[in-house]
Amino acid sequence: MQTFNKTWTRFLAEAAVLAVIFTLGQYAITTGLLNQYYQINLNSICINIILAVSLNLINGFTGQLSLGHAGFMAVGAYVSVIMTNRLDFPFILAVLAACTAAALAGFIIGVPTLRLKGDYLAIATLGFGEIIRVVLQNIDYVGGPSGIMGIAKLTTWAWLFGSTILTLVVITNLINSSYGRAIISVREDEVAAELMGINTTRYKVLAFVIGAMFAGLAGALYAHYFYIIKPDTFTFLKSFDILVMVVLGGLGSTTGAVIAAIFITSLTAALQSFPAIRMILYALILIIVMIYRPQGLMGNKEVGRKTLARMWGEKK
Amino acid sequence: MSLMEIRGLHKSFGGLSAVLNFNFNLEKDELVGLIGPNGAGKTTVFNLITGVYKPDEGSMVFSDHTLMGLHPYEICKRGIARTFQNIRLFRDLTVLDNVRIAFHKDVGYGFMSAIFRSPAFFRGEAEIEEKALEFLRIFKLDNKRDEVASNLPYGEQRRLEIARALATGPTMLILDEPAAGMNPQETQELMQLIQWLRTEFKLSILLIEHDMALVMGVCERIYVLDYGQVIAEGKPEEIRNNKKVIEAYLGEEVN
Repeated sequence: MQTFNKTWTRFLAEAAVLAVIFTLGQYAITTGLLNQYYQINLNSICINIILAVSLNLINGFTGQLSLGHAGFMAVGAYVSVIMTNRLDFPFILAVLAACTAAALAGFIIGVPTLRLKGDYLAIATLGFGEIIRVVLQNIDYVGGPSGIMGIAKLTTWAWLFGSTILTLVVITNLINSSYGRAIISVREDEVAAELMGINTTRYKVLAFVIGAMFAGLAGALYAHYFYIIKPDTFTFLKSFDILVMVVLGGLGSTTGAVIAAIFITSLTAALQSFPAIRMILYALILIIVMIYRPQGLMGNKEVGRKTLARMWGEKK
Repeated sequence: MSLMEIRGLHKSFGGLSAVLNFNFNLEKDELVGLIGPNGAGKTTVFNLITGVYKPDEGSMVFSDHTLMGLHPYEICKRGIARTFQNIRLFRDLTVLDNVRIAFHKDVGYGFMSAIFRSPAFFRGEAEIEEKALEFLRIFKLDNKRDEVASNLPYGEQRRLEIARALATGPTMLILDEPAAGMNPQETQELMQLIQWLRTEFKLSILLIEHDMALVMGVCERIYVLDYGQVIAEGKPEEIRNNKKVIEAYLGEEVN
């Protein structure tokens, strides 16, 4: 009971900190302290955090190499836009529908492909991601190759902030539970995990579905910020971008995924001033990081309450 | 009725018959050894029993239920646990987490409880941790609970693997060369540990071992496997003097 009370106190303290951060952000946006350019970057950072953290659940914690994340993002984006733009549903229902549809797509794709391992799984998920894109390209109802324009800008700071925190909380809580240990055991040694009574197929699919669901959430937020969506936004290159964040941050580190998402998004934005050598610099930075930190920025370590508490203690 | 009864088990890989017409019995509380030269098919038998491989033919019955067609995790839930010849720990996880995973199959809280951190989650986690620590204490690993498994010395990795297997709550324990790589002193300790575990946890044990001192010392009955077939079965002293067994190990006498 004592640990439970302590948890509540900690929870309230953390909620207070988050509320302060949120209010500061909201203040900066409404007063114009954060101009349009920075707002767009902030938006991209939040969306990329959701994408990277959710892909890390599949690639980093479950150890299943998936390259189809952009496909699930596309499902979320299109479903949410159909809901708001075509069917006039409120945004919240559109977001829920986007998550559900992406999770369902994750289940349908996950069940047959997760029997495969390593490179084979990577190629299968890559293929499925592309199939989703090509299918969208050929449906006239959603505008075919030119996509849908005139999407209402419904993604507010509150939505972005709330969704990012929700993603982090759900995935962190999942990983730090018995279910999370079961998921990680699949990555560590699938045979041993099976013989410890873990239904490995079930946990692979579970991680895949949850990962896809959050990609759908990111897709919905993305679509309702940038006015237009088209199939070309969700090519496998988008999946690779997310994968780069996960690998750069360190496979199996949520903190790493967050840091890498912030780093890469900011880097891409900063390099826009040098259009000619942008991709060269981008690649060079990645290569240098991978040479000096092959395990990723964070390895499989996390910065969490314990680390912060330790740093706090040392300062005192 | 035996605890485990295997009849006519057959497994081939391509053209090679790894296990041929394997018949086997294990009574409750019995400690049985499976020996044989390298490549005789011993580990294949273990993989068949635990569902890692699917047998081509035959029947396997464990406490009145068939094991045929079950997944390894289902077989684990029926009460069979095993260790591996080449240790298979969850290498990047801590000692405590390695054992905690074994309790997942009986986890006392739901998926949603985990995500929303309900009281059931905290109760369940505390219970799992307490039970896991108990096993670590038995195997004298409790002072290493937060150590990463791959950093443990070899002997402790072996002990951790046994601890993890027992944590799944088996009635039958399968040990694949538990003494491999151990010195005589460690082997001696292992023998005592096996004997003790057996009475403490009321286990039936099946073990593969090359260390004859250990096999002859602890096993009540021995099966000898050669080229996938049982060539002899009996008490240790019978096996020691069995002509076929000596031939399988040392070759025929030249006149």
